[in-house]
Amino acid sequence: MSIEVVNITKSYKNFTALENVNLHIPEGELVALLGPSGSGKTTLLRLIAGLEQAQQGSILFNGEDNTNRDVRERKVGFVFQHYALFRHMNIFDNIAFGLTVRSRKTRPSKEEIREKVHSLLRLVQLEGLAHRYPSQLSGGQRQRVALARALAVEPKFLLLDEPFGALDTKVRQELRRWLRHLHGKLGLTILFVTHDQEEAMELADRVVVMNEGRVEQVGSPEEIYLKPANPFVYSFLGRVNLFRGRIQNGRIKLGEAEFTAEQGVSEGPAIGYMRPHDAEVSLHPPQSAAATAVQAHIERITLLGPLVRLELRRLDTKEVFEAEMGRQRFLELLVEEGDVVYVTLNNLSIYVESELQSVPTPALTPVHVTV
Amino acid sequence: MKHVTEPAYVRWSLIAVAFLFLGLFLILPLIAVFTEAFKQGAGVFLAAIAEPETLSAVKLTLLVAAISVPLNVTFGIAAAWAIAKFSFRGKNVLLTLIDLPFAVSPVIAGLIFVLLFGSQGVAAPWLAALDLKIIFAVPGIVLATTFVTFPFVARELIPVMEAQGKDEEEAAVSLGASGWKTFWRVTLPNVKWGILYGVILCNARAMGEFGAVSVVSGHIRGMTNTLPLHVEILYNEYQFAAAFAVATLLAVLALVTLVLKSLIEWKTERKSKAEEDYYFDASGEKAG
Repeated sequence: MSIEVVNITKSYKNFTALENVNLHIPEGELVALLGPSGSGKTTLLRLIAGLEQAQQGSILFNGEDNTNRDVRERKVGFVFQHYALFRHMNIFDNIAFGLTVRSRKTRPSKEEIREKVHSLLRLVQLEGLAHRYPSQLSGGQRQRVALARALAVEPKFLLLDEPFGALDTKVRQELRRWLRHLHGKLGLTILFVTHDQEEAMELADRVVVMNEGRVEQVGSPEEIYLKPANPFVYSFLGRVNLFRGRIQNGRIKLGEAEFTAEQGVSEGPAIGYMRPHDAEVSLHPPQSAAATAVQAHIERITLLGPLVRLELRRLDTKEVFEAEMGRQRFLELLVEEGDVVYVTLNNLSIYVESELQSVPTPALTPVHVTV
Repeated sequence: MKHVTEPAYVRWSLIAVAFLFLGLFLILPLIAVFTEAFKQGAGVFLAAIAEPETLSAVKLTLLVAAISVPLNVTFGIAAAWAIAKFSFRGKNVLLTLIDLPFAVSPVIAGLIFVLLFGSQGVAAPWLAALDLKIIFAVPGIVLATTFVTFPFVARELIPVMEAQGKDEEEAAVSLGASGWKTFWRVTLPNVKWGILYGVILCNARAMGEFGAVSVVSGHIRGMTNTLPLHVEILYNEYQFAAAFAVATLLAVLALVTLVLKSLIEWKTERKSKAEEDYYFDASGEKAG
């Protein structure tokens, strides 16, 4: 079932959690709501479930207005961050809850309920644990019970609030793969909240990046990584280097490095963003005439499995930045801490501060760069 | 974990002071009650208890507790539920009002009911017309006791319910459960030990209340005397052995209450430890 969020605004006493949010989630997709804490992603999820009420705007399921419907009538599967399993019920009763609380007319028979619960236990691979209590299970098992409980009522779609946030890395990896598999099997629309960009990229068909109650960008993992709409998205989706400089006479100057700006760009301060793996390190100055390389001092070398990260300090501006490269390339370079190297700045994204500045986040507009 | 320790003499003198105090103010009086009760032999003791006036006092005390405790349990659960799970205007006013009986002297509490329902009271003409008697009768005793024991269950449940949060209720509602079913199947089972604890404290106080009941009862023997009032009357009539014999009944009630209370505390402590592990795991501090 598709979900449509139209112009939703939600504010609490003295802060606005969501501001004019619009979002369309197509049927059958696995979508991540990604953002730092306080960005409003959980609030949005709770609004869709009906656990909160918005001041303004509407929520549609398959085009049907659900804004004023009660949680019970929305028939949405919700999985809570800390699972919220009923601690005094065993696993069987937890999963069966949504069926046993139905009115006599719509309640399935005991036999049907038992069958349903056992098939769900098989689905989440927890057969044989039906008579345990939540406190006797591990975090990953509880998470799967919570999922089975939500699935028991055959919801229109699933909403997961930080589903793997409380688990350790190994279990998280396994559960991610399993959820991906489950999504393929059930074909259900799934919307999940996360603050972990890796999790969003790995799991989702589509990522919604949120910040301060607004949607910053919606797109496939590649789109948002390769074409971030603004500096926030750029810096939220991985490590980033930041260079401060100016635009003068159609040239972008970041210290000694110079680039050509597109026509008609206003002059003034500019900020350049670059991913660490786009810094090309060499021992000699590059052949090309363009001044896109700077000299830098290697302050520290860190080995990260297949990657090597260099912490560098520019000789011209004294700015500190990072470069990452494969282990093979690092071995070819034969550099040590304390060496001075040439670093070519590739794939820079330059943003100029707009003339109408707003505090605390100045509006930045991207500038097309040619070398 | 490393314990911060004080020198041995400090520890031992603190412990000694605590035990001395306990012995002087709790154990000694308790022993005194029992020795005085049996001073003239078991025969006098049994006779004092089997006396019709004593038996009627026991009956009245049980009746009062049987009415006021369920009333306060119902109210306490409703108030705790409202306060812990919902936010509304006037929440703090309600919290303060619940504490009022703790803050007011029981004698004043009794006087309030005399002023309201007594023969010169506000509601007197209306009561006279209906031929109802509240003051110097059983209804007045029930009212005063209910007032005094009003906060026990609510005060016990509010922190328990607040600590459990709203997650499980929200989960229940999202699974289609009505408010009523959520309450019976999720909220109530989670606080059953808290309720029991509150009931025991409430009951102990309801049976032992003296001040408020003394003001409204009128001390009519065999009619409006509860156990504590009966003890006082016997004592004032110099029937010391009988007074102490009846007092042993209250002392036994206190001991039973203490034992039950510790049993429940022990039980909930084990339970909350299991739950702590549950949330400890859930918050990811400990690798499962």
